[in-house]
Amino acid sequence: MTAATELMNIALVVAFAALALGQILAMVRLVLGPTSGDRILALDTMVINAIGLVVVLGLHQKVQIYFEVSLLIAMLGFMSTVALARFLLRGDIIE
Amino acid sequence: MITEIIGTYLVALCLLIGSGFVLVGVVGLLKFNDPMTRLHAPTKVGTIGIGALLLASIIHTFVRGEPSAHELLIMAFLFVTAPISAHFIAKVHIHSRSCVAPPPPAHDDTWATLNVPDADREIKEFKPE
Repeated sequence: MTAATELMNIALVVAFAALALGQILAMVRLVLGPTSGDRILALDTMVINAIGLVVVLGLHQKVQIYFEVSLLIAMLGFMSTVALARFLLRGDIIE
Repeated sequence: MITEIIGTYLVALCLLIGSGFVLVGVVGLLKFNDPMTRLHAPTKVGTIGIGALLLASIIHTFVRGEPSAHELLIMAFLFVTAPISAHFIAKVHIHSRSCVAPPPPAHDDTWATLNVPDADREIKEFKPE
């Protein structure tokens, strides 16, 4: 059991590091991004990375309460992506 | 006991696969040099990356002895909404002419997404002062 939990702890640290690095690189694309579509895409990727961070945090603390948090982030992220794209396409969100 | 050990190894494997795909997708988002090419890279983050992390979370609830599969909801929601947001972003790229335009269609005079009044066809690029 100890070797398995050891490996799982290492994997948790690796996942935290990868997701944090992913957030930083997506933020670089958000700042650089030559077109508005790239900025929306970078924001969408950051939202998805945030879901991953919350899920890995729940794995680390061995609790179940972060499920609602990640579901809410997923819904808000989808709505905000669609609203931003809609705003760029039509100049308005609800016509 | 032996199932717990196997489950813990599976959790670690899923975590490593997920973080690998997250890294690949985000590096692709940063390094590719065309808006449409950049659009395809983060789909790996959304499907396999987060899917593997959620699968690890599901397996870990079984290892802990309080089985639940709530995370399947998030997985289903993400898998359904990822193509829709990618479609919208591709539409923004086409309308803002920031990608190579597709060749004209054979029968109609233009593509359906561009078949709107002239004032709505082009997107003026937002330039911060």
